[in-house]
Amino acid sequence: MSRISKFAAQDSGPSARIIGFFSHLRSNDLKLGVSEVETALSILTQINANDPVEVRRSLKPLCVGNQDEARRFEDLFNSYWMDSGRVKQKIIPNDNINWNVKENSESATKTLEKEKNSSGSPTEPDETASLSDQTKEGELVAVKEASKMRKDLREFVSKADIDNALEVAIRIGKALRDKRSRRLVCAKKGEALDFRKTIRRSLSTGGDPFKLINKSKPDRAKRIVALCDVSGSMEIYSKIFLAFISALMRNDQNTDAYVFHTKLVRVTDALRDKNIGRSMEKLSLIANGFGGGSRIGYSIKKFSKTYARRFVNSRNVVMIFSDGYDSNNANDLVEALESLRKRGCKIIWLNPLKGWKEYAPVTASMAASLPYLDLFCPANTLKDLADLEGALDKL
Amino acid sequence: MEWKELQAELAKQNYIASNELVVAIQLALSLERPLLLEGSAGVGKTELARALSQTRSTKLIRLQCYEGLDASQSIYEWNYQRQLISIRAAADDGISREQIEKHVFSKDFLLERPLLMSITQKRSPVLLIDEIDRADEEFEAFLLEILSDYQVSIPELGTVSFVTKPIVVLTSNGTRDLSDALRRRCLYSYVEYPDRTTEFDILKVKQPGIDTKLAGQIIDFVQKLRKEDLEKTPGIAEMLDFSAALIGLGVNDLSHDPAILQSAMTTLLKTKLDQWNITKEVTQRLAGQAA
Repeated sequence: MSRISKFAAQDSGPSARIIGFFSHLRSNDLKLGVSEVETALSILTQINANDPVEVRRSLKPLCVGNQDEARRFEDLFNSYWMDSGRVKQKIIPNDNINWNVKENSESATKTLEKEKNSSGSPTEPDETASLSDQTKEGELVAVKEASKMRKDLREFVSKADIDNALEVAIRIGKALRDKRSRRLVCAKKGEALDFRKTIRRSLSTGGDPFKLINKSKPDRAKRIVALCDVSGSMEIYSKIFLAFISALMRNDQNTDAYVFHTKLVRVTDALRDKNIGRSMEKLSLIANGFGGGSRIGYSIKKFSKTYARRFVNSRNVVMIFSDGYDSNNANDLVEALESLRKRGCKIIWLNPLKGWKEYAPVTASMAASLPYLDLFCPANTLKDLADLEGALDKL
Repeated sequence: MEWKELQAELAKQNYIASNELVVAIQLALSLERPLLLEGSAGVGKTELARALSQTRSTKLIRLQCYEGLDASQSIYEWNYQRQLISIRAAADDGISREQIEKHVFSKDFLLERPLLMSITQKRSPVLLIDEIDRADEEFEAFLLEILSDYQVSIPELGTVSFVTKPIVVLTSNGTRDLSDALRRRCLYSYVEYPDRTTEFDILKVKQPGIDTKLAGQIIDFVQKLRKEDLEKTPGIAEMLDFSAALIGLGVNDLSHDPAILQSAMTTLLKTKLDQWNITKEVTQRLAGQAA
């Protein structure tokens, strides 16, 4: 970069600025280690480091690891090196919550300050900038606003909730995942002899079958894809479901999770975080619009047209947690469920209202989707979810 | 080599690459790191490896991944039949047991599979690990060792280290999330559908004789079609088939004959629902906009 940072006096040259850039990327959830910084520095020696376009192009393949990161990289790069300084908005942790907060809030504030300092480098060297000016940079004004606007899910779903749900999730996960295939494949231990392989192997010992090779039924693990409705009408139930989904995720990292209200958001990465506080914090940021209206058909259709094409096949179980109150008509939903069925997955719909006395699935969406469901069950408490085990076993 | 030179080299091999992609390849070459290419089917990920091997005039070694792919199919296997024949022959000649053993577990009896083959070449080849997302996670794990150290351990022979480091290109269609460990070891580039100019250049390169006006119409048409709600979005190969079909049918203007255009659509639309949805009217609307 030809431009000199406002904080040039504070860092010890380009390498420090690159390190700053990488910590900026890390705080934006890009998974980068120390070796990447080294590689980046060696790349910069090979190219014209004064040309921002070239630097961006060269650092991008190194720093990003998936499509989403590739799309965000441009913004992150600009926010650090260019004028369009952006501050990643974070919620300030609430002191009333007693788990993991300390370390978390400290790190959150630290990163925020770091980001504030590091993002949006000015274009010209600013010799007159006094220390007091610089400390001003660290104030968290925008952030406070954001925390009011958004629902803080950390208060909504607590660690205890997730711990309770974990036991159920393990059992449900087992019931769903441990599906055995009928086909036999060769294995070290097994119920039958694999004659073909045994004879083949005996060739190396001159036709004497010293080593017997067995066959057994392979594990054909089913993966769970959970779609949770978090619209206003579901607000009191989504607490249980979100805890349940987090627990499912903790139990099996291959679980895929989405939430939807008026739009669909993939929350798998947020929920994968081992630290529950941070995980819910991320969730609150990305699931903006929580407790609003619901467009079930639209969201499921979006899912079937985008993520499902990549992630859903006959080895998946799609779990939909929703009450079926859709603000649109049922056509989209039917179309979406039909295309999901075609992908060969099992579809389970868990409806909290079904647990009510005299409930009948008469809402347009619910009635229209019934023919496409493999299982339609009540679920408004953890106990209901636990009771599902038997039904899921038979699926 | 500068990335612009590399871009020109690739263009000579009829591969038109975007600037971003070329920089990624250039870095992968200079840092000797594997390159992970992700993107929809039909954007030219596999083709890139072929073109790259041609620009460097080296061998292309391809490993197509699938579910259940294991070490014996991807790294090495002993040639049992040859070993057996050799043992029988040696026994008749009265050679001692130790000598026979040493003989049959030598390199002559080793069947090299793509991964081992790629590290034992005299001139560094391009190793294409195609559709890595189709392989199991276990395969991904042992790939990690090979990609970081470029060596293979064979119990009977010892460790085989690399003669030359291969240029590794991995492709993925994103049917599942790859592990972070694998992503970390690779440079990453997401290959999008090409923009209008790039795709136009591709068409001109692959169909040298095509009329410029028709080529422009085809590209506009296909680019518009990609924005429609389709189950299977047509890739570059489909676009080339489409243009070949049109040339074969003697079309020189898309808006000329609706019936012929519709019949050529079979090269672009690959599912029943897509063929159902993209009716003659839709085709005409798109063709009208393109013309």
